[in-house]
Amino acid sequence: MKRWVRWLILLLFAIYFFGPLVSTFVKSTETSPGHHSLDAWKALVTNDEVFHAIGQSLLLCVTTVLLMLVLLLPTMIWVRLRLPQLSRTIEFLCLLPLTIPALVIVVGINGVYAWVNYFFGYSPWVLTFAYVVLVLPYAYRSLDSALAALDVTTLAEAARSLGAGWFTVIVRVIVPNLGAGILSAAFISVALVLGEYTFASLLNNYQTLPVVIALFGKSNAQVSEAASLATILFAAALLLLLSFASRRSRGRKGV
Amino acid sequence: MRRVRSLASWLGVLPFFGYLLIFLMIPTVVVIVGAFRDNTSFSMSNIRALGDSAVLEALWKSVELSGASALIGAVLGAVLAAVIVAGSPTSFLRRIVTSLAGALAQTGGVALAFAWMATVGLSGTVTTLVQDVFGWNMGNSLWLFDLPGLTLVYCYFQIPLMVIVFLPALDGLKPQWREAAETLGATRWQYLTQVAIPLLRPAFLGSLLLLFANAFAAYATAAALISQGQSILPLMIRAARTSEVVLGQQHLAYAIALEMIVVVAIIMTGYALVVRRSSRWMR
Amino acid sequence: MNSSASQGSPLGVDFVDLHRHFGEVRGLDGLTLSVEPGELVCLLGPSGCGKTTALRILAGLDHPTSGEVKVAGKDITGVPANKRDMGMVFQAYSLFPHLTTADNVAFGLKLRGNSSAERRKRAGEMLELVGLSEHADRYPHQLSGGQQQRVALARALAFRPSVLLLDEPLSALDAKVRVQLRDEIRRVQLEVGTTTLFVTHDQEEALAVSDRVAVMNAGHLEQLATPSELYSSPATPFVGEFVGLSNRIPAAVDDGRVRLLGHSVDALPGSVSGPGVALVRPEVVGVEADEAGNATIASLSFRGPVTHVVCTLASDAAVGPGGVTADQEITAQIPSGHAQRLTLGQRVRVTIEPVPVLVIAG
Repeated sequence: MKRWVRWLILLLFAIYFFGPLVSTFVKSTETSPGHHSLDAWKALVTNDEVFHAIGQSLLLCVTTVLLMLVLLLPTMIWVRLRLPQLSRTIEFLCLLPLTIPALVIVVGINGVYAWVNYFFGYSPWVLTFAYVVLVLPYAYRSLDSALAALDVTTLAEAARSLGAGWFTVIVRVIVPNLGAGILSAAFISVALVLGEYTFASLLNNYQTLPVVIALFGKSNAQVSEAASLATILFAAALLLLLSFASRRSRGRKGV
Repeated sequence: MRRVRSLASWLGVLPFFGYLLIFLMIPTVVVIVGAFRDNTSFSMSNIRALGDSAVLEALWKSVELSGASALIGAVLGAVLAAVIVAGSPTSFLRRIVTSLAGALAQTGGVALAFAWMATVGLSGTVTTLVQDVFGWNMGNSLWLFDLPGLTLVYCYFQIPLMVIVFLPALDGLKPQWREAAETLGATRWQYLTQVAIPLLRPAFLGSLLLLFANAFAAYATAAALISQGQSILPLMIRAARTSEVVLGQQHLAYAIALEMIVVVAIIMTGYALVVRRSSRWMR
Repeated sequence: MNSSASQGSPLGVDFVDLHRHFGEVRGLDGLTLSVEPGELVCLLGPSGCGKTTALRILAGLDHPTSGEVKVAGKDITGVPANKRDMGMVFQAYSLFPHLTTADNVAFGLKLRGNSSAERRKRAGEMLELVGLSEHADRYPHQLSGGQQQRVALARALAFRPSVLLLDEPLSALDAKVRVQLRDEIRRVQLEVGTTTLFVTHDQEEALAVSDRVAVMNAGHLEQLATPSELYSSPATPFVGEFVGLSNRIPAAVDDGRVRLLGHSVDALPGSVSGPGVALVRPEVVGVEADEAGNATIASLSFRGPVTHVVCTLASDAAVGPGGVTADQEITAQIPSGHAQRLTLGQRVRVTIEPVPVLVIAG
């Protein structure tokens, strides 16, 4: 492809993708017509509702990633070591949430969440249980490729022959070698949770960041715009960090 | 002894299966069963309601929106992916594009709605600019909240998704194929039409289907953009659920949700079939 | 020659003072080499010696920093790759996965506008030439590695190129398949008569298939000779050590002759003068049981038809300018039948056949 064609195409895409982001920034500073300030951005920290929502969303990121790892890692390793015949089933189940839209799950999860609320209360972090299901397909893919690159069976056998128990095998032998995969699964999950709106708003109007952004849309659009832009830039920065952290670059064989 | 050992093995996966049962299976079953009930007993009334003109129109609009954004997203996304894959696999450009793409595709949702309202909404930067320069008020027609506008906004996350999903396919094009074609006498055009495109076609079609399913199931962006209205299926579900007027409307939500599962399942089956063939050589 | 497989008269290839710099690194540092029409020349050397770079420049997939490439005397350095009329076999993965074996083979013909009937006929001929006729309708992923490379060979020859290029075609295959396939490639090459360049790092492979071998090191040519010349008369220290196994025995060159273990032999032209290290092939070393001998057996390694006998030379063995250093070992390769009469620790007499040796700097 000729150089100038490449750069022209990139320029056009840059206009389409950065244009709205720049517009959002510009509008977010227009606290009154013709008057510009960073008040809306300051409000991200000073406004109680917004600040609280940011905290809730970040907390949800942490709890979702933790629960996802606790649920998925041991299961995937266990299946590889002891129940390889189940690997296809696990794969199917993990990719199922791609076929069952979040909206659909929300519609049917009311009953289940009545119990969740009974046991755990109404704080936004209870969304963790539903969020783990949402991030399953993406987390599964990351962890699966990391496990595939490692000869899990041989590692486990070597550790066992040296006297390690199953817990040691999983926690001290295999998991440390999955660094890149775990990081990848975690960061993608964070990106998803930060922007998740369907569950948060329809389940019980939990006051996570996206919900509050939508809420402020009518009354204080500048704050919504500032928070929206901040969310996207934060997620992009995280993913950029991730791309540097994974040393083994995928797609080595370029065209 | 053997039976005890294998039983212990199965205990290891119990938490996982249990978790999915509670938080995925049960809701799905509730939806499927609920679609065939009204408030008190078995009933086909909600299924029949799927044939109402309003619901059919919403279905059609959803299909149109998903199809248009998927097609545009697939073509433009493939072009963008082709442009960034031409550099080295670890180039800074590629990293930036894939990071931003990930953020827009996964985190986007509500944020995208506000980004576009700030641009082409009633008092958006471009709207104001166009009004000042050309004297034409775009904001009047409320086009942003109808199909053309929605398609434009949906492309904002469809194109990035395409880049993410299609890049591995482009990476899988081995340089040896290009070089072999060259030594056999192929021009650049011949290589593209006789080798590269046939090899990429399954991945492209698969990605197209994936994009369709993604748009069809999307909720956040439309919900943030359109506060009141049921032009597409997901918004219709929202209306049915939060309806205070007619209580029975709640079950209509189940029926529409069931309809969504069916459509998405069909699309994803198509995806699995299309991709299976090419997975052998794209390694 | 099989008339259906051959083409017009084969052409010669010349590399003229080829340089290829990658920034600071000199991939090729003045390579000059001529390949006669119809012959198979191996480019042999360790990784990084420039052999693949030279091949790719010849194919047109890379460009030299300076120098020329000529075919039949004509300068083709500026000709694009797809117009060079050269067939190339890559190390792996080069078959088009979406095409059947027959379609892969006929690909070059399709590009040249041959009719469907012509393509089918020619593909059939080529597949028969490589012994894969029954696999015409299979896809590459259904074939083994060895079969895939045979298809690649058929594809590269189908359009009757003037030159055939092979870039380590056997390196990705199992040992046994490698040996079978290299004989196949040689057989096909002789039948078709195309001028061929074969890149490899495996010296046994190079010696087995070539008319001549070009040993390369650090971007330049060390020696271009027939396999037997290369083996028995290495011209440079690098060639002496790279090709075949050698014992390293301290020795001194005096007026073109070397004293080794009581014998006086000729020093090869590339040798140093004065003290150095003589490269002695194991198969010219003899071992005989002798209670008054000059060595004891340290180990016996059975290798099938031959046995390697490692002997520790006694301090009074006449080797080298200042006598033997402590624990000087020498390896002899003798027929296994003979070796059966020897035992560990046995006192033996080690002798050397009077063939010329290369003495390199110590």
